[in-house]
Amino acid sequence: MKWQRKDLLGIRGINREEIISILDTAVPMKDVLTREIKKVPTLRGKSVVCLFYEPSTRTRTSFELAAKYMSADTVNISTSSSSVTKGESLIDTGKTIEAMGVDIVVLRHWASGAAHLLSRHVKARVINAGDGAHEHPTQALLDLFTIRERKGRLSGLTVTILGDILYSRVARSNIWGLTAMGAKVRVCGPATLLPPEIAALGVQVFTRVEEALEGADVVNVLRLQLERQQKGLFPSIREYSRLFGLNQERLRLCRSDVLVLHPGPMNRGVEIAGDVANADVAAIEEQVTNGVAVRMAVLYLMMGGSGSGAVH
Amino acid sequence: MNLPEKAQLMDATGLRRAITRIAHEIVEKNHGVDGLVLVGIRRRGVPLAQRLQAKIQAIEGVMLPLGALDITLYRDDLTTLDVQPVIRKTEVPFALAGKKVVLVDDVLYTGRTVRAAMDALMDMGRPKAIQLAVLIDRGHRELPIRADFVGKNVPTARKENVSVRLMELDGDDSVSIQDLTV
Repeated sequence: MKWQRKDLLGIRGINREEIISILDTAVPMKDVLTREIKKVPTLRGKSVVCLFYEPSTRTRTSFELAAKYMSADTVNISTSSSSVTKGESLIDTGKTIEAMGVDIVVLRHWASGAAHLLSRHVKARVINAGDGAHEHPTQALLDLFTIRERKGRLSGLTVTILGDILYSRVARSNIWGLTAMGAKVRVCGPATLLPPEIAALGVQVFTRVEEALEGADVVNVLRLQLERQQKGLFPSIREYSRLFGLNQERLRLCRSDVLVLHPGPMNRGVEIAGDVANADVAAIEEQVTNGVAVRMAVLYLMMGGSGSGAVH
Repeated sequence: MNLPEKAQLMDATGLRRAITRIAHEIVEKNHGVDGLVLVGIRRRGVPLAQRLQAKIQAIEGVMLPLGALDITLYRDDLTTLDVQPVIRKTEVPFALAGKKVVLVDDVLYTGRTVRAAMDALMDMGRPKAIQLAVLIDRGHRELPIRADFVGKNVPTARKENVSVRLMELDGDDSVSIQDLTV
C-alpha cells in the first residue's frame, strides 16, 4: 500500500495497509537511531515547523529530532513566545509560516479539529501532533509499533486502555488504530471520565478495573490530566489511584506476558505505581525511542508523492 | 507485465563463471582477504554478495563478513517520485572502520545508486577503501564512477532494459536485455 495523503490528521479513516506501511517504514528508521552517525540526507532542503499551542516536551522534541535526523531544517514555535499572544489567528499564523516556504507543519492545538482546519487553508502538509480531546495519531502509531515489536502482532490481542478516556486524544487514536489492526479494545475509567458514546467505536467499556484487566495482553495507562481535577470529575487523586491505579496486584490479573504502556508524562503513584513503571513488562522508555522512529517514517512517507486525498 | 522479446546475455552457467572470476579477481587485487568485507546493495546485490562470499571461502578458506545495504534514504530522486519507495533494512553487523569494503550490485548504469551507497557506508564509519563489483556494466554513467570488478560489459541504449534474474529472488539465474520502446 502506498501512502498518498497530503496530511496526517488522524488515525480515523486510515486503513490497515496504510498503518502497516508506516510501521514497516519505522523499522529501518529505528536502526538509524542506533548508529553512531544519526543522520541520513533524505529530507535535505525540506523544512518542518513545529507549531505548538500547548506545552509539550516529548512530542515536540521527538518531531524535531526525527526531522533533524533526516536532515530537514526545523523551527519550533511555541505560542507563548509568538505573535499568537498578539491575537493572530491559527490560519493567519499558518499562512505566514507557509509564505516562508515551509513544507510540513506539525501542529499541536488545544482545540479539537484545529489540524483539519489548518490543512484546508495551507498547501503545506499538516501533521496533527494532538488536537484537543480528538486525535494524536503519531502517539497511536508509536504505541502500535511498540506492541507489534514486543508481541510480534496486533491482530487478536486484547488491549486495555485505562484512565481518563473522556479527555484523551491518545485513547481515541489508539482505539481507531487498534481496531483497524484487528485488536480487541477495552476501555476503563471512572464513569465520569468515560464518554457514554464511546462504545460506538467498537470497544468494551468497563468501570471496574479488575474486570478490564482480566487476561489483557497490553495495558495502555493514560495520564490522569490533573489540570482537569478542578472540575470535580472524581473525588480525589488518592481515591482515583486506589480505584484505578495500575499496581503489581492488579497487574497479576493480566496475562503473564503483559505489556504496559504509558504515553507520558507519568504521574507516578497515581495512575501507575512506580514499581510497575520500572518493571520489565513496561516499555515506557522504548515508546519514546519508537516515537522518533515512527515520526521519521511519517515524515519520509509524507515528503514523497503528489499529495492528494487528505482525510477530512 | 508483457515485455517485448529479449536477448539473453548470460545463462546460469555464464553467471556462475562470472561470479567465480570476480571472486578470484577480488582476492588477487587485494593480495588475499585481510580486512576485506562484502556489502551487497539491496535487492539483487545481496544474493550476489552471498555467492561471492561462498566462492571466496572455497578459494581462500575464509568466510568474509557480509552486509546488506538499503540505499533508499540516500537516493537523490525521492522528491521526484510519485510515491515513496519502500525502505528495507540495512544490515551491516560489523564495524567498517579500517576495512576494505567491496560493494556488490547487479547492474552499474548511471552510477547514482553507487553514489548513494558510498554515502550510506561513510555514515556508518570510515572504511579504508571502497571497491565496486558488478555483474553487468551497461554504460551511460552520469557520475564519475567506475567498477573495479565487472562480470560483463554490455553496450546498451538508454531505451533498453537490462534484467538480472537470480535464483534467490526470481527463481532462476539469467541476464537479458530488452527494448522498452518496442
